[in-house]
Amino acid sequence: MTLTHFLDIALGRLDWNALPFWDAIQTPDTLHIVNAAIVTAAASLVVLGALAVVVLLTRHGKWKVLWSEWLTSVDHKRIGIMFIVIALVMLARAIIEAVFMRTQQAFGLDGGFLLAEHFGEFFTTHGTIMIFFMAMPFLTGVINYVMPLQIGARDLSFPVMNSVSLGLTAAGAAIVMVSLVLTPFSTGGWSGYPPFTESSFNPGAGVDYWIWAVTLSSIGSTMTGINFAVTIYKERAPGMHLFRMPLFCWTALCTSILMIFAMPPLTVATALLALDRYLDFHFFTQDLGGDMMNYVNMFWLFGHPEVYILILPAFGVFSEVFSTFSGKRLYGYTGLVIATMVIAVLSFTVWLHHFFTMGQSPNVNVVFGIATMLIGVPTGVKVYDWMLTMFRGRVRVTIPMVYALGFITLFVLGGLTGILLANPSIDYQVHNTLFLVAHFHNMLVPGLLFGMLAAYNMWFPKAFGFRLEERWGYRAAYAWIVGFILAFFPLYALGLLGMPRRTVSFVEPAYLPWTIIAGFGALVILFALFSLAMQLWLSLRQRHANRVPVGDPWDGRSLEWATPAPVPEYNFPVIPEVFSRDAFMREKDLGQAYQRPAEYRDITMPANSALGPILTATGFLMAFGLVWYLWWLVLLAGGVSIAALIARSFVRKTTRIISAAEVRETHEAWLRQVAETRAVKRDQERDTSNRGLPAAPVSGAVQ
Amino acid sequence: MTTPSRHPGLNLGRAHPEAHHACEGLVFGFWVFMMSDLIIFGLLFANYVTQLDALAGGPGPKDLFEMKSAFIETMLLLTSSFTYGMAAYCLKYRNGRGALLFWLVVTLALGLSFIGFELHDFRVTIDKGGAPSQSGFASAFFGLVPLHGLHVATACLWMIVLIVQMLVYGLDTGVKTGLVRLGLLWHFLDIVWIGIFSLVYLGGLA
Repeated sequence: MTLTHFLDIALGRLDWNALPFWDAIQTPDTLHIVNAAIVTAAASLVVLGALAVVVLLTRHGKWKVLWSEWLTSVDHKRIGIMFIVIALVMLARAIIEAVFMRTQQAFGLDGGFLLAEHFGEFFTTHGTIMIFFMAMPFLTGVINYVMPLQIGARDLSFPVMNSVSLGLTAAGAAIVMVSLVLTPFSTGGWSGYPPFTESSFNPGAGVDYWIWAVTLSSIGSTMTGINFAVTIYKERAPGMHLFRMPLFCWTALCTSILMIFAMPPLTVATALLALDRYLDFHFFTQDLGGDMMNYVNMFWLFGHPEVYILILPAFGVFSEVFSTFSGKRLYGYTGLVIATMVIAVLSFTVWLHHFFTMGQSPNVNVVFGIATMLIGVPTGVKVYDWMLTMFRGRVRVTIPMVYALGFITLFVLGGLTGILLANPSIDYQVHNTLFLVAHFHNMLVPGLLFGMLAAYNMWFPKAFGFRLEERWGYRAAYAWIVGFILAFFPLYALGLLGMPRRTVSFVEPAYLPWTIIAGFGALVILFALFSLAMQLWLSLRQRHANRVPVGDPWDGRSLEWATPAPVPEYNFPVIPEVFSRDAFMREKDLGQAYQRPAEYRDITMPANSALGPILTATGFLMAFGLVWYLWWLVLLAGGVSIAALIARSFVRKTTRIISAAEVRETHEAWLRQVAETRAVKRDQERDTSNRGLPAAPVSGAVQ
Repeated sequence: MTTPSRHPGLNLGRAHPEAHHACEGLVFGFWVFMMSDLIIFGLLFANYVTQLDALAGGPGPKDLFEMKSAFIETMLLLTSSFTYGMAAYCLKYRNGRGALLFWLVVTLALGLSFIGFELHDFRVTIDKGGAPSQSGFASAFFGLVPLHGLHVATACLWMIVLIVQMLVYGLDTGVKTGLVRLGLLWHFLDIVWIGIFSLVYLGGLA
């Protein structure tokens, strides 16, 4: 075997062209050099960032802690936090990409500074990251952290599978990050329509990066959905009837049901596309009987329920935010539950509105158009319920509340444009224009992202034991709202003017003022991102002043606030018994909160497992090998994955015991702390005197 | 919950208190997983039906499939479902491992012969010009039927692992809950095969 032969096998199709600056060396004109500089800077950031993490971990000697307390941990709270860390990192990247795109279009009359190919990679990675590696990990992380606490459980039903779900998501995210260093990524958009993404048009590694990143994420999300649903059905505390669950748990349940049924179509769509590309199948090709409409149908069978997978948990968060910060019971609980369920069911009946223009009969379009408009009804019910929750409440405009108020206003506007788009004849006019881009950002930025940021501000003290800094927090919230309005409302106008989406440049001068305003809006959003970073940084510095060890800084209503902050591994020293909705508020009203249980018992918790991190590594390596045709790596990593799964099935000691004495000691120390802490009124909750123990409200106040 | 609702299907019963309890979440979760998996098969069935005429000038069902071997495969799989049922009864009502082991090995042998026949069928189909690169129809066939075969192969591997665990650890809770779940998967794959046999083979050759 000669050296070249060996290198062919060892390196597959990986060669110099994969380097981000190689293109500019081949074609050294200004445009190529500018683009290469951008990609190379981004790639350097990825590499330097990874190196910095390694150096810091080594210098502080934290490798062991990272491994034994985080990576191998199967604690739902730690896994939730790790999901959110992934989401925040990916959020930063995708926002910066968005700023590049908006800047390009602000200068885009007759040119601009980005190559069309590069612009294609920008909108593809932006969409793919925002959906699969920002939104999904963020909501999965929040549900992971909050839901088991709210239903009074010790952990999810399948803790190790939870760690594997995290691992697959992390591997997918890593694949997207690696595509910055070893380029290119797909230019086919986040929906990856064939035949453009078939090998006849796109033979390179880009689409394969997209396929395997998304496939890893979809498998992880399917398992997450199963895990959440089984947990909610089987692990509720005694007395926690379904209709006593906090509304967030209902939305978590609906989202997980949607994940169970809607993620498989995505897995099928990407897997069949991969068969087309790798093994010369003809599912979606243009020739030999392939049919791309099958892809489009399968993709949106996933894609539309996905929209509600994203939005429902945020609805749940807002329900908690509105009632907590209005100091009032949630208005119309049953109606909200029914509305959530109706949305979940209807979400499977509307997928066709994503392609009204792709050749079905008007009658079919009408059916799906009406089904789409129907979704406005339960959503409207929710909006009224939230408003009535605030009505006559004593509303405190905290940071989560700013996000919630921004959401409720902007989301209704976005919903109205959705009703417009649901009408097929209007859709024919504006489809594939920036009007559509404006609409779905109008739903997802206030709907999903504001919800997740509200959740981050609300539950951060629960997770880490100190409140987030507020000045930069408010700045971030207001900058998000203003930035969103400036960045996306002009796109409605541009869409009506006929500007197509996903175009790198244009020749129509009438577009220019609007693209400039949108570009300015993007800068405001960039400031919002900076504010979030500042908020986190200052919070870390002020963590002692803002401590809330008692664990109930907002006068919360559900069971998670009945625990110390941060929450001990086993959540509750004794599983609580539930008698009503708003279980913890009832305890506080009756003076039964912070009680010493009759007896402490040993607690059995799941033991750590290395399966998650192992499958993270092998999943990443398999995907990487498939992208670059490193077949030896695929076989090796695949073999190790199967071996690890089998080895795990042989492990018999999967639990560990926390002794009653230890539980008692921890709990009694906390109860002493509760007794020594001065309770604060609700209007002092943003003060450093807030140690997480709320004073009872004035008697007679609306609850 | 004071009166726990049990998962549907055959459970282990009161004679196996610990495993009976441990099964609850595991088996319920497995039912949910199978619902999810059924979506995958459902989509591939739908894809197959839409691609029946996408022959691109290549061979169609009548040229490619043989009733005889499809029928043998069906019989092998149906019998294996029966033998797995026997294994499940042994698990629930017999104390020793002997009978259980016997039925599991018979099931495994039937499953492996099914895979053998199926691989042979694929070979024949490809030799007759029905390789997936030939047409949309051939792709749809090779997207659907081998996925079922892959499931059966995975189930066989799982059965081997469980048999080894049974020999190493005896009939502990882990093995029992594994056998209950594997049983669900095995019968599920049988049902999917009945769909394949009816739609692909009977439908194609009728």
